[in-house]
Formats: sequence, C-alpha cells, structure tokens
Amino acid sequence: MEYALSFSLNGKPVQVAVKANSSLLDVLRNQLFVTSPKKSCDTGDCGACAVLIDGEAVNSCITLALTVEGKKVTTVEGLGEGNQIHPLQQAFHEHYAAQCGFCTPGVILVAKALLDKNPKPTREEVTQAISGNLCRCTGYVKIIDAIMAVAEANK
Amino acid sequence: MGVVVGKRIPRYDGLQHVTGRTQFVDDVSYPNMLWVKAYRSPVVKGEILNVDVSQAEKTPGVAAVLTAKDVPANQYGFSNDQPVLAEKGVRFKGEAIVAVAAVDEDTAQEAVEKIRVDFKEETPVFDPIEAMKPDTPRVRPEGNLWMFGEVPYRRIRLGDVEKGFKEADVIVEEVYRTQNQDHAQLEGQVSVARLEANGVITINSVSQCPFLHQLQLAGILKVPLNRLKFIGGTVGGGFGSKNDMHADHITSLLALKTGKPVKWRWTREEEFLASTVQGAWIMEYKDGVKKDGRIVARKIRAIRDAGAYGSLNPYVVDKHCFLVCGPYAIPNVWIDGYCVFTNKQVSSSMRGFGITPASFSNEVQMDKIAEAVGKDPWEIRFINAVRDGDITATRKTLESVALIETMKEAAKAAGIQLPDHLMAMSSEKKEV
Repeated sequence: MEYALSFSLNGKPVQVAVKANSSLLDVLRNQLFVTSPKKSCDTGDCGACAVLIDGEAVNSCITLALTVEGKKVTTVEGLGEGNQIHPLQQAFHEHYAAQCGFCTPGVILVAKALLDKNPKPTREEVTQAISGNLCRCTGYVKIIDAIMAVAEANK
Repeated sequence: MGVVVGKRIPRYDGLQHVTGRTQFVDDVSYPNMLWVKAYRSPVVKGEILNVDVSQAEKTPGVAAVLTAKDVPANQYGFSNDQPVLAEKGVRFKGEAIVAVAAVDEDTAQEAVEKIRVDFKEETPVFDPIEAMKPDTPRVRPEGNLWMFGEVPYRRIRLGDVEKGFKEADVIVEEVYRTQNQDHAQLEGQVSVARLEANGVITINSVSQCPFLHQLQLAGILKVPLNRLKFIGGTVGGGFGSKNDMHADHITSLLALKTGKPVKWRWTREEEFLASTVQGAWIMEYKDGVKKDGRIVARKIRAIRDAGAYGSLNPYVVDKHCFLVCGPYAIPNVWIDGYCVFTNKQVSSSMRGFGITPASFSNEVQMDKIAEAVGKDPWEIRFINAVRDGDITATRKTLESVALIETMKEAAKAAGIQLPDHLMAMSSEKKEV
C-alpha cells in the first residue's frame, strides 16, 4: 500500500507515492535520487542523513516520509543561489573541513540551522550544535573553524 | 618558492564534498537494480547439515538465491582460507551462508527470513590463551595457531636476553591488553555490480585496494582480470575496514546469475557483527633495565586474536613484532608473536596493521620503567633512543635518525624545559 505525499524539496514541489513505513531518507535517496543525505547508522545516531524540515535540522533516517506532507525539505543540493555556493559551503571548502566527505552534507545543514537562528554563536554553541554529527576522519576542529569563520563574518 | 611545497592548496574534491555531489558507491543506482540481503549464521560454531532455500526462492520479487554451490571457487581472502558463502560449517556468528537478490530490500529480507538452515552446534573458543592450549577444540582443521614457516609464532632474536637479564639491575614485567575494535567508518560496506553486454562486470567498490580485490575476485569467479572493471577511489572512511572484500564478490555473482545490476548495502548491525575488526592483543613484557634506565634486554610474547579466518592477521603480527621495541635501541631482544584463531568475527587491518597496540604497550612500558628506576620519563626515552648506526631487532642498521631532535621539538611545543644533559644529546653520536 502506497500513499501520495506532497512536499517542497529544495524549493520545488514534489509528489511521490510512498509506503507508510518508508523513512524520509529512503524516499529522498531511492525514489527521488537526492543522494547528499547519507545512510550510515540508520538509527538516528550519526547525523549523516540530516536534512532541514521547515528550517529545523532533523535526522531523515528516523523521520517517516509521510510526516513531511506540506513541509519544506532542504538538502545541500538546495543551498546557494544559482552558481554561487552558500557561504558555509565555501568556508568548509577553504578550511579543509571535509576529508572523506561522507558526514559533510549533514554537518553543513546542521550548521545552517544554527546560524539561521543564531547568526553569531560562540565556539561552544557551535560545538554543541554539531554534537549529533559524527566525523571519523578529521576530528572536529576544522569543521568548527569553518562554521566560526561564517559566524565571524556575521559579527 | 615551489608551487605546492609550503602552501595550502585547495582539495581537488573539496567542492564536490561540500555540494553533496561526490558520488559514493551507495549513490550509484541503475534502473531495474536488484537489492541484496544475506542469511547470516545465528550460531557461533557448527556444522551445516542442511540449507533449505525453497521458500525464499518462491517469494514474489526474488530474482536469485545464492549459496556456496553457486560460487566457482569458494575460497578467498589474504590468507586464502575464507569461503564467500559458508558451506560445510560456520566459525563465527554472522558468517554469511546465503545471499538473496530481490526487487527491493524489504523483499530480499522477507525471503531471507524464510531460509531454514540446520546446524550441528559445536563448542566455540573465545579466549586466545585458551585457544593456544593443545586440548582446546579446534577453530579450524589446521589448528588454532597460524604457522610462520616451521614455527607457530613470528620469531625475532637479537643478542642473548638471558645474559641481558643477568646484567640488569631491575626487571620490569607487565601484561598489556587491547580489545576488539570496529573501525566505525561512516560509510558501511556497499557494492554495486553490473554485467555489461560484452561479459565484463563493472563494480562500484568501496575497496581500499581495488587491484588486490580484482585479483581475488577473478580467482573466485574463475575469470580473467579483464572481465572485471573496478570503479573505486571514493571511500566514505575506511581505516582498514575495506582492505578485505566484504560485498563485491556477492554482488558480482548475483549480477552474473541474474543479468541485472545488483546492490548490496550492509546495515550497521551487519557492520558490527560481520565486518573485520582490529583484533584484540595480549602483550606480555619482560624488560631488563640498568639503574641508569638503559634497557639491556626485552622479552615479549605477543598474542593476536585473529578471529575466525586468517585475512591480514599474519602480516599484522609481523609488523607488530618488527616494531614492538619502539624507537629504542635494545641490545638483547626475544619476541614471539602469535596469531591465534578464535570463533569471533575476523580480525584484519586497522590503522597501522598492529603497530598501534605495539606503540601503546611499548610507551606505557617506558613509563613503567621510568617509575621502576626513579627517573623522568623523558630521560628514559632520550637515553634509550635509537641513534645513527644502531641496529634494530630485525637487524636493520639505522641512518638519518632524528628521534632525539624530534623529542626536543616536541618538548618545546609542549612548553617543557628539558635539562641540559638531554638537550646536549644528538642522534649523530652516543654519550660514552
């Protein structure tokens, strides 16, 4: 049994038929071929699948797809304007905050959710905000540096 | 000034990563692609009496069910001792016995749950020390110890340790243990295989060593190398967990059997249960030390818990033994490094092939030595540091050594003022 689901994905309306037990992550990846949210732990522990739902960072692997009816879902594919990447993306690139790149889309979205609410966070607030995102390559210093660089520019 | 040296250049893949456009293996999909799930052994050790896949095969949406009988050469791995799918028996809980390809993951899982396997359970062995005893049940028919040539341990001898112990003022004996450790890389095991019209199999692989895996897979499938095209190099974290082939053989076999593209993505639970791990170590040290802190003899028995199959364990034991004396000049050395099989998931490479546990135990031992002779830990490391012309336990004459210089810089960076007699030392000469 499948159900009709309509929501806004990266600013564009989408309609898709989904099973009641499908996660938002599976629908994004396997049905809509939006692959930046990653399937890693699949239990809401690592943050690699994070997306924005109406501006809030959420682990899409433990979000039932049907719960986003009528909502705005954003992935990193939807960041930036035209050919211009988002300042957070630029900062992650310049500060070498991505090594293997698997956790990167999720961390950028969590950082965006933070900065949209709190444009001038302290380093501690940034550290707290990304505490749900695991990175196994870099440690977190460069990631925090990148987010702080954007935060500093807001000051 | 050079173009690159001394400068920070942008990462070639940085923009791909931050825009989410990097294509990892799980991001590859094809129309009509099949998905795989595996039946894994619920028992730790036992004989397989019967495998009944009839109900799985009848499940609507199932395209193929793969068992050991479908594997042309069902033996592979770095020690060439591991089945692709277990046939006669299992050696660890989670060992794969059947693989199912179906239209989606749910259907494949449903079919897996209809598989019935009868086992004659046997007594497993978990403790490597127990496994080393002659009366302990065998993990593998060849015995529980890996043979390094004619002896069941990697043997390293330099000088005469017993003479060294007699000359010593203090004996420092300690046992160090590390536990099994998963790499916990964010990208789990995943593979996509597609059979091309010309008979070539294209494999999107997470392999950390695609050429070695191409060779292993050619052996399993009994096909020439030019039938296998590996697309790799984009890995979402590996740390040694992807030096062993975990999925590419199964997807390739199922692509051959069905003619359709096939994807297998392990769950995190499978990753923890059945992928390779850094095996546990037991490291028993006996060091003979002079009152001034010089180590004159070191005897070590190092035991590696290899788990159920050989994999890279013998190589890991080699590297461990070659480097367990650390960067210290010890004139009399005796090392026996054992590779012991137990009924646990397979151990293999992780971050330094056994050197990390060696460094951990060796450096803690250096601090214990400092404590035993009442000297500063820096002093112990300086006076035992290897210098130009020193010979290692494996009889390598060292040149261009810079340990003392490095330690001076490290002390400086840590804000530690070293005494003058240490600052006067150099790698180029020894104090008399």
